[in-house]
Amino acid sequence: MSDKPRTPEIRREIRFLLNGEDVRLSEVAPTDTLLDFLRLNRRLTGTKEGCAEGDCGACTVLVGRLEEGDLRYRPINACIRFLASLDNAHVVTIEYLRGPDGGLHPVQRAMVEYHGAQCGFCTPGIVMSLYALWMEADAPTEDQIETALQGNLCRCTGYAPIVRAGLAAGGDRSADPLAVERAAVVAKLSEWRDGARVEVARDGAAATVPADAADFASLLSENSENTVIAGATDVGLWVTKEFRPIAPALFIGDLPDLQRIERDDGGLIMGAGVSYERAIPALTAMFPHLAEYWSRIGGWQVRSMGTIGGNIANGSPIGDAPPVFIALGAELTLRRGDARRRMPLEEFFIDYGKQDRAAGEFVESVFLPALPDGAKAAAYKISKRREEDISTLALGATLVVKGDRIVEARFSFGGMAGTPKRATAAEAALTSAPFAAESFDAAAEALEADFQPLTDWRATAEYRMTTAKNLLRRFWLEKGAGEPVRLAGASR
Amino acid sequence: MNAVTHQSVAHDSAEKHVTGRAEYADDIAEPAGTLHAALGLSTCAHGAIRAMDLSDVEASPGVVAVLTAKDIPGANDVSPTGLNDDPIFADGEVLFHGQPVFAVIAETRDQARRAARLAKIDYGQRPALIDAAEAKDVGAPHVTAPLTLQRGDADAALAKAKNRIKGRMRVGGQDHLYLEGHIALAIPGEDEEVRVISSTQHPSEAQHMVAHALGLASHAVTVEVRRMGGGFGGKETQMNLFCAVAAVAAKKLGRAVKLRPDRDDDMIATGKRHDFVIDYEVGFDDEGRIEAVKGDYIARCGFSADLSGPVTDRALFHADNAYFYPAVRLQSHPMKTNTVSNTAFRGFGGPQGLIAAERMVEEIAYATGKDPLEIRRLNFYSGEDGRCVTPYHQEVKDNILPRLVGELVAKSDYEERRRAVFDWNAKGGVIRKGIALTPVKFGISFTATWFNQAGALVHVYNDGSIMLNHGGTEMGQGLYTKVAQVVADGFGVELGRVKVTATRTDKVPNTSATAASSGTDLNAMAALDAVNQIKARLAAFAAERTGASPERVRFENRMVDIDGDQVPFDVFVKEAYMARVHLSAAGFYKTPDIHWDREKGQGRPFYYFAYGAAVSEVSIDTLTGEYQIDRTDILHDVGQSLNPAIDIGQVEGAFVQGVGWLTTEELWWDEAGRLRTHAPSTYKIPLASDRPRVFNVNLADWSVNRELTIKRSKAVGEPPFMLGVSVFEAISMAVASVADYAECPRLDAPATPERVLMACERLRAR
Repeated sequence: MSDKPRTPEIRREIRFLLNGEDVRLSEVAPTDTLLDFLRLNRRLTGTKEGCAEGDCGACTVLVGRLEEGDLRYRPINACIRFLASLDNAHVVTIEYLRGPDGGLHPVQRAMVEYHGAQCGFCTPGIVMSLYALWMEADAPTEDQIETALQGNLCRCTGYAPIVRAGLAAGGDRSADPLAVERAAVVAKLSEWRDGARVEVARDGAAATVPADAADFASLLSENSENTVIAGATDVGLWVTKEFRPIAPALFIGDLPDLQRIERDDGGLIMGAGVSYERAIPALTAMFPHLAEYWSRIGGWQVRSMGTIGGNIANGSPIGDAPPVFIALGAELTLRRGDARRRMPLEEFFIDYGKQDRAAGEFVESVFLPALPDGAKAAAYKISKRREEDISTLALGATLVVKGDRIVEARFSFGGMAGTPKRATAAEAALTSAPFAAESFDAAAEALEADFQPLTDWRATAEYRMTTAKNLLRRFWLEKGAGEPVRLAGASR
Repeated sequence: MNAVTHQSVAHDSAEKHVTGRAEYADDIAEPAGTLHAALGLSTCAHGAIRAMDLSDVEASPGVVAVLTAKDIPGANDVSPTGLNDDPIFADGEVLFHGQPVFAVIAETRDQARRAARLAKIDYGQRPALIDAAEAKDVGAPHVTAPLTLQRGDADAALAKAKNRIKGRMRVGGQDHLYLEGHIALAIPGEDEEVRVISSTQHPSEAQHMVAHALGLASHAVTVEVRRMGGGFGGKETQMNLFCAVAAVAAKKLGRAVKLRPDRDDDMIATGKRHDFVIDYEVGFDDEGRIEAVKGDYIARCGFSADLSGPVTDRALFHADNAYFYPAVRLQSHPMKTNTVSNTAFRGFGGPQGLIAAERMVEEIAYATGKDPLEIRRLNFYSGEDGRCVTPYHQEVKDNILPRLVGELVAKSDYEERRRAVFDWNAKGGVIRKGIALTPVKFGISFTATWFNQAGALVHVYNDGSIMLNHGGTEMGQGLYTKVAQVVADGFGVELGRVKVTATRTDKVPNTSATAASSGTDLNAMAALDAVNQIKARLAAFAAERTGASPERVRFENRMVDIDGDQVPFDVFVKEAYMARVHLSAAGFYKTPDIHWDREKGQGRPFYYFAYGAAVSEVSIDTLTGEYQIDRTDILHDVGQSLNPAIDIGQVEGAFVQGVGWLTTEELWWDEAGRLRTHAPSTYKIPLASDRPRVFNVNLADWSVNRELTIKRSKAVGEPPFMLGVSVFEAISMAVASVADYAECPRLDAPATPERVLMACERLRAR
């Protein structure tokens, strides 16, 4: 990574592959969505709008990119995916899906045979998610199918026939048209990767894809009014639901030097642009307790788009990553121009809607230190619906026990205050206390001093407080008493 | 060739669905110059419109016109009941937060949506009534006349009963969350004509409403729908407003106008399932046999009647579910509130009535210490001692529940699993289990008797191909497929020879809503009537040509068999055409033998009943209130199924939707009367992972409809929705275990994790 200021080449069009066709666009506003482009501009109407907020999956398409040289197709929500973020990508829609013989794809055939469509409106999106899974897994399990469909709503079938179709869809992966075309697509995307900065605009609204992190740093420090967009899983809604102006905007979701995932004995460093989905292997290898929690962040599409940096920088009190990262002692690296500073993640969140981020500064990476010996860690998420729901409350908990005493306690909650916040009174109650049920009962009571949660449509204040206390008890039962205290959950 | 009815053929659009080639209203190529509309919604739950400044809206980029109440040439009303209480645009006052006040028409949809936010409206705030029980307490008006059903002297019987329990249950509403939202594309024609393409379950009503709004005769308006991306009742009346606005704008501007609200506007501005507060009192003997029931069914209807009359009526019609009430008085309270006007939703009030019956069963079970199933069996309708008369004085003659439940108990190992659940809970851990078997008996027919009619149009072209059209609409339920199966079988031809075309008001007029589960019962019979007319003419022609008796002419195996002499269907049709035989027919059907006297609360509103039962087993986490469905077994009655795959799909889908209603789907209004759960990000319908982990669904294939329905089948759309109650009651049992089943937990619906945890906490505190 070079920090030297320089002016990169500037390209005044975005270019991507749409199904089998090259697309070059110079008139693009930052608010232009892929879904509108597909439906209104190209009349590719197989991709549907169900909610325009990334929650129903009717607009699911695949986006293929070179990830460390490897072409990887991931499902995304076209409704909140901005066109300007697609430079150098391969967009695959339902219209392009076919079998080796040009007829139905095995996934489509199975959906017909198992009566997986009733009204059919969600079906193209469901098929695309199943297809994305089909590419990755030779014989997907029911578990994997459910996870793949977390971001797809169907109101007609009750899902049973869809899952049956997912289990039944066979066929030779190597004969799949996308597999057959793979080398050509890789060649094209590689050739297109020119290291240029991309600048496009429409009606005076400018969208820029910086050439690299250094270019991004200098662009943002020059004009801190820029809206920074990584995965767009939140900014997308600012546009589709609130009509907030976001121009000028910088699209950083695909900057290679924000994509690093580095692991050593000391811990794990992840670039701000790492998506939830890309983070999974390294993150869950080092922190197995995050595996289940992480699979409950958004749906597959949102996990494929949303980034760790965005989740933090956004400052939401109900973001999923901050509570569990704070409990791990995460440190954040912020960058402005070439200047960097590091801080404990919890200090970044000052108040509701207010973070310790100066104008022109951005979240560059997050460091998660490895758990110390004797540490017991847990991550709990409570939501109205188990999957693809925003947290009612979330708890990241790390406890270090030496002998029969607790020597360190880090309990960080989301959804209990205006920011992700540590439960200092509860932690104090536990520190130096015996590792025993009574200590957790006392800590639970201490939560009353830590939080005064709100009532909203997700839950009442009373439920939030009661459950927060019970989660401390759950932690003891699970880590101390060794009792089974969880529903079988995602594993069937 | 085998007949195609009673076969699991795929949905007629299945290949189009999976390839994205099925066209929904928004996918149809727009005429050149199409404009786009967006609605301006009120930001006040109840108030006078003191001043309305729309200048910023008009000045917004791309805006072509702004429409308010005064721009409607005909009636500013889309009330489906003729009560004139459903304005298209609020005029002078607003009655709920989110009520359409104006529409803006612009060159693009994005421009229209942006402009709609720029209105400055000054409201004189008035007190808003949001809650139905509160509305009743303060004596708020009804939106429509209430209904009383009674038989015997409930008060006297209650006074005499050895045991009595009184309670209140709150039952939440439900958003349809059809994946395709509302839409109307109006294309102006010559003279007064306008054509409207919409996603609607009731094109005839949309036609009539558009005509009223424009001040035109119905013949000027054509409404068309090929398919909907889900309906569930949400498009029975709620599309009227969108159709009317698009049509008024299109006629005014002379350009096609499309109105497709954003999901949030759709959820905020259109009606939902009614939420109810039910006050019940039940008297019973020591065995658990019900002696008397009294119930008040208080419904949040919203600001207007819409379909609240028949919905609250149907709540009472199903307040017995499957149980005989020796003495009964049921009263509906359709309350006017300052909320969106609630509407039809799968089950149409039936589920809300039914769940209170199951609550009473549960109460009796906890009071007597018996298995709720035992209480159920004790109280099922039966032929003995006249225990077969409903609160509306119709006799239940076709009750198959004893056999159906018996088979389900055996098939699901209910008894053994219930013992295992008790053993598990006795260990006293955090995770508790519950199991419940609940039945459904659902009355089939529109209670508005005149709706029980249907028309169909069948053409046989001279190449032997067949066009089928009927008044029913396709919303995913497979209606087009089932009716096509009946027609293909009627002519003895292969299914591919029959093409079903889009439902249009100029092909079949005066149709009923595709609702009340009646689509196939009505439209397949009408189509069969048309088929039989054409066959009679063909048979007469064959007889005339060969001298054979018309009775000796058969249509089968793609042949016309004339007394043993076989001619291919298409060859024979060509000959008939050349001989000038009329090859088109309009069919008609009306359901026989039904009648209903609402004033007296007596009659036979239902042609027959459909039955089913489900056993569900759940686990709950008593520290957080989270839960999962471990297993569900269903045995459901569709009579002789026309298409088992489609019917099983209906059962599975309805069940999961019913579970959603009773678990995670929560509508939440704030104190200002704003709906805050108005998109899938905040309103949570079931996901794939929420379906039962083991899910066994079977049809009671031995069931034959006693009535002469189409091929002895039964309606399937709504009844299985109510099987979701088994999950609700299983959750309740798991909760009850924390207090050793000493009392009925009295869970309200939906049983969100919060309600489950709070019920556990309440019981633990005892």
